[in-house]
Amino acid sequence: MPAPYAIMAEFETPAAVLHAAEKVQETGYRHWDVFTPFPVHGMDRAMGIRNSKVGWFSFIGGCTGYTTGMLMIWYMNSHNYPIVIGGKPMFSPFYSFPPSYELTILFGSFGALLGMLFLNRLPRLHHPLLKNRRFALATHDRFFVVIESTDPKYSENETRRLLETIGSKHIEVVEE
Amino acid sequence: MDDNAAIKVQAPPVELERVPLVANQRGIGWLSDQIAGVVEGKTPGWWKICFVISFTMMTVCFVMILYLMSTGVGVWGLGHPVMWGWAIVNFVWWIGIGHAGTLISAILFLLRQRWRTSINRAAEAMTIFAVMCAGIFPLIHIGRIWYGWWLFPIPNSFSIWPQFRSPLMWDVFAVSTYFTVSVLFWYMGLIPDLAVMRDRAKTKIRKFGYGLFALGWRGSNRHWSNYEKAYLILAGLSTPLVLSVHSIVSLDFSVSQLPGWHTTIFPPYFVAGAVYSGFGMVLTLLVPLRRMLKLEDIIRVRHVELMCKVTLATGSIVGYAYAMEFFIAWYSGNPYERFQFFETRAADPFILAPLMHIKPAPYWWAFWTMVTCNVIVPQFFWFKKIRTTMLAVFVLSILVNVGMWFERFVIVDISLHREFIPSNWNYYSPTWVDICQYLGTFGLFFTFFLLFIRYVPLIAIAEVKGVTPQADPHHPLGGAKIGGGH
Repeated sequence: MPAPYAIMAEFETPAAVLHAAEKVQETGYRHWDVFTPFPVHGMDRAMGIRNSKVGWFSFIGGCTGYTTGMLMIWYMNSHNYPIVIGGKPMFSPFYSFPPSYELTILFGSFGALLGMLFLNRLPRLHHPLLKNRRFALATHDRFFVVIESTDPKYSENETRRLLETIGSKHIEVVEE
Repeated sequence: MDDNAAIKVQAPPVELERVPLVANQRGIGWLSDQIAGVVEGKTPGWWKICFVISFTMMTVCFVMILYLMSTGVGVWGLGHPVMWGWAIVNFVWWIGIGHAGTLISAILFLLRQRWRTSINRAAEAMTIFAVMCAGIFPLIHIGRIWYGWWLFPIPNSFSIWPQFRSPLMWDVFAVSTYFTVSVLFWYMGLIPDLAVMRDRAKTKIRKFGYGLFALGWRGSNRHWSNYEKAYLILAGLSTPLVLSVHSIVSLDFSVSQLPGWHTTIFPPYFVAGAVYSGFGMVLTLLVPLRRMLKLEDIIRVRHVELMCKVTLATGSIVGYAYAMEFFIAWYSGNPYERFQFFETRAADPFILAPLMHIKPAPYWWAFWTMVTCNVIVPQFFWFKKIRTTMLAVFVLSILVNVGMWFERFVIVDISLHREFIPSNWNYYSPTWVDICQYLGTFGLFFTFFLLFIRYVPLIAIAEVKGVTPQADPHHPLGGAKIGGGH
């Protein structure tokens, strides 16, 4: 028999899973997660999740974009092959602003999306939970609390008992 | 659940109750079933008919491009001084239509307009396909399409670089960024819904296909936390982007010296017009779709009504801009400006031309079609009766886009055909190639849109679930399995 990956407890409503998450957090588990069909309001606080770091990725992307735009235009129109056009200056931050502005947004957006995927360690097409049939309901209308076996406090009986007392009607062990 | 009983949440008084965003107290699971059912069910007959027509028209689009490439831009009705004909009109028109999608997905998100969730996916798809149609025109209007790469900063041995002092180059960056960011935003919103499709899939191909693009999304709350932040940032970035795109498109005109183009109010006026036409297109698409796909409980009459209100607001801004253009033309005292607006645009043969003792304007009918459709038509949306009558909304929404097409025609071609020197004047008419090329882009647009509604959930499932009352754990119904009346 394969090693257990985690214990999975099913809940039927957002309120129930929110209270369950509060209890699990209080008990001191660390390698655990809540799975919901949509982001549940207040869940981050209940799980003790800090503000996401995606913003930094986006910020660095945006700065890179703006600098790239300005340097690119300076290099092309003023350094590598300067041509006088309409008596306008070879380089000016004003005419180079619109393309640099667009590149700021472009790189910032890539930063946000790729940063999100990186922080979430996605794409990951193979995962023990995705093999579990019942777990497919996590994208439908059920809510799951999953406590991983790598958690220092994990013990099959203790953890199961905790999840039962919180009010889960369906608990099962997910295999690796 | 015991500690929850201590918190007594009172329902709001009846007069403050809002119309629920999802009708008939539907549960969360029902939303998945209904929306995914559109993709999973049998292909409807009307879909096949529409697809054949659209595909044929799309072929016409490509044949016309081929004809243009093999012969030259002479196949269009261009001729001095009108060197920007339908191609630029269509470009601005299509890109304007795209703007509603980003407005709905980004600006309404920042403004916490929760009704956007029912319509944002389809509107974003509309944006992407409209920008694709738009992108064709500037590329092919250069005539020698094989030199199109000159527009992009690609290193080459001749050091031929794009000339960034021209607003046309700004446009290249604005439009390509707009397309890319719209696709990113759309795709990111799709990830949780593709996971829904993956988990429901009955066949191996579907499981693999949706599973691949869902990137292994599991609905983890630690993921949702990053996801929501990234979504917020993308909305925050898309908002200045959408405002900048049509502003930069308008700079293509307003930076020049031509009366009728050289106007400082162009950026906000173009953005308002773009949002107006975009909402027109969203209504044209969704009013019939909600009925044919049985999504009336999710895209409610209330959603249509709210969209009508946005159309009314932006349409009125457009009307104000028209009035301001005329006022400034008169107030500036510049004879060329006055000539452009009063004698070249507005002078109709029945009232104004006889009153002013001048010859009627050659394109007076185009100008007055524009005014009728863009100034008068949206005013019907003041009436609740009209906003809630789907047939009326559908017809008016089409008139909105007729009007907006004529607006671009008026700006681009009427301004060009009579400029400073009378010996430079000419009358411009399109050729059959112009017309077929334009109709062909409808084929392209609808082919992609039909494929979209058939293969991708056309409503953001996860987002709509999130705005139902039973999705909020702090709401009195937070524990309910079915939705309530609030």
